[in-house]
Amino acid sequence: MALFEGRTAGEAEAIVARYPAAHRRSAVMPLLYLAQSIEGMVTRDGLREIAELLDITTAEVEAVATFYTMYRLRPTGTHLVNVCTNLACKLRGADEVYRAAHEAAGIEHGAEVSADGLFTVHEEECLGVCDFAPAVQIDFANHDNVTPERMRALIARLRGGEVPAPARGPAVESFRGASRVLAGLMPDGTEVPSA
Amino acid sequence: MSTVSLGIEPRLTRHWSDPSVIPLDGYEAAGGYGGLRTALGMTDAAIVEVVKASGLRGRGGAGFPTGMKWGFVPRDTGRPTYVVVNYDESEPGTCNNRELVEREPHRLLEGSIISALAIGCETVFIYIRGEYLWQGMVLQRAIEEAYAKGYAGPDVMGSGTRVDVVLHRGAGAYICGEETALLNSLEGLRGQPRLRPPFPAVEGLYASPTVVNNVETLMNVPDIITRGAEWFRELGTEKSPGSKMVTVSGKVERPGNYEIALGAPFRAVLEELAGGVLDGRAIKAWTPGGSSTPMLTAEHLDTPLDYESVAAAGSMLGTGAIMVMDETDCVVDCATRMVKFYAHESCGKCTPCREGSWWATRVLGRIEEGHGRPEDLPLMSEMGTNILFRAFCALADGTASVINSSLTHFMGEYEEHVRLGRCPLKVEHMPARVAS
Repeated sequence: MALFEGRTAGEAEAIVARYPAAHRRSAVMPLLYLAQSIEGMVTRDGLREIAELLDITTAEVEAVATFYTMYRLRPTGTHLVNVCTNLACKLRGADEVYRAAHEAAGIEHGAEVSADGLFTVHEEECLGVCDFAPAVQIDFANHDNVTPERMRALIARLRGGEVPAPARGPAVESFRGASRVLAGLMPDGTEVPSA
Repeated sequence: MSTVSLGIEPRLTRHWSDPSVIPLDGYEAAGGYGGLRTALGMTDAAIVEVVKASGLRGRGGAGFPTGMKWGFVPRDTGRPTYVVVNYDESEPGTCNNRELVEREPHRLLEGSIISALAIGCETVFIYIRGEYLWQGMVLQRAIEEAYAKGYAGPDVMGSGTRVDVVLHRGAGAYICGEETALLNSLEGLRGQPRLRPPFPAVEGLYASPTVVNNVETLMNVPDIITRGAEWFRELGTEKSPGSKMVTVSGKVERPGNYEIALGAPFRAVLEELAGGVLDGRAIKAWTPGGSSTPMLTAEHLDTPLDYESVAAAGSMLGTGAIMVMDETDCVVDCATRMVKFYAHESCGKCTPCREGSWWATRVLGRIEEGHGRPEDLPLMSEMGTNILFRAFCALADGTASVINSSLTHFMGEYEEHVRLGRCPLKVEHMPARVAS
């Protein structure tokens, strides 16, 4: 079964059309996000289909997918919790926030997804929110000045089916939903003209 | 939220308390796109001239004169030219580009479209870091509005000139802030830097002449066009004219983005804008321009924040990302965390960076954890010397800057770690053999 079919096939074509016709390969990054939004991670099938669409090899697509940390090539929780521990956040207590996230999410040592499938927790480099450190992103939506207590509360609310309002911008319901926005598509499925 | 600083008229931040300028109609009502209207009545050479005369220097870190960069673009190659906006903002401690776009997205579009006119470019690519999810939505909305009102698209303000704007999202790679790595990423490749020459101005995106500019740089352009080069030079110093955004973070009372006149003393920024060191403690170390710029100390509090003065103090103005460490913070611990970043972000292309940052993290880590050996200190010093300026691109120089500057200013603290067999500032890190 094809990954890009029906509505998403049209979206994939629209993504390719953002770039000059002679440079279709430029669309590889947004297409990886689109594939990730459909499957919750980037799979072999996704890599293969993107390669076919862009007329490059699967290895060339995989080379890109494995280079960037925002593509997940392994099973990922419904929610991706990113905790910045770089210096500006560390100086304001980020290491404890990261530990709290890990414990509250219930991820076993060595595992990447919590047993209930809800969470992946990731230690992040600078997220560009040093003015509100410690910075946390849940599905790439920002939460400011996070303490260990707030981190635990945020995870508890997600576990209860809520999507906590971020510090800025609209709420993002899941890692898949965020990946869709990252492909340059609005959450409701309408393509925003970018060129 | 920034306060405006130290008595200067705000420029880049003058609308920060007015959310009405975020949508297009509010931006227009505040005089927005006036610079573009003026620029459309000028020749491309005249636009380049006024930006050269203003003395505007690239705000992304290197401080290269912007007008000169635009002037390097050859126009007779038979290939299209491109403007690429570097909104990859990933230098640790830096977040002013994020807020500039959140609060006035159209100013970035206006500056970008004017720069496109200056070099005869029909397509602008904005490369935004993936983690700026919402800021990308804000920009996408602004681009849509600009197309609908004819500020972008096939016929910019009825001039018959085409300028398309395409938003491209990164995916979590610090190296893509390096301009040639960014171009590779935009071409659908791994974000690894290219050998220079050829420089992007000659052979950049799709092997075509390309100007890569930082967000803050471009947001200065509309005012330079409407108010002129002389007005721009009313702030700042002779060689570093204009205002500069700084991000103050870490151990201060009021972390945030602030606009200062270039040349403002660090002491005033720290005390008056950021409210001083957190809880009234003493400052120990600070970075003037992100973790890649050599750290300075309390002895450098009176350094004026402009390109030349910070260089004279032994560091770099960089992105203006000031991270403050206080007397209770361990420099070895902080240096370890900073170097770990470079180990994580190294693209793997060249050996000094890929291997050096990894080994440096290990050695620093063992010193911090109390297992340092006396020979580790000359070893670190040798690593710093052998990495600096010897890697393929400047990323590794960040690693070396942390190592070299922390050793220069805080050798005593390193020695204390090795002598005691523990971190002198962190009791909980004491190894069991010492604790018992």
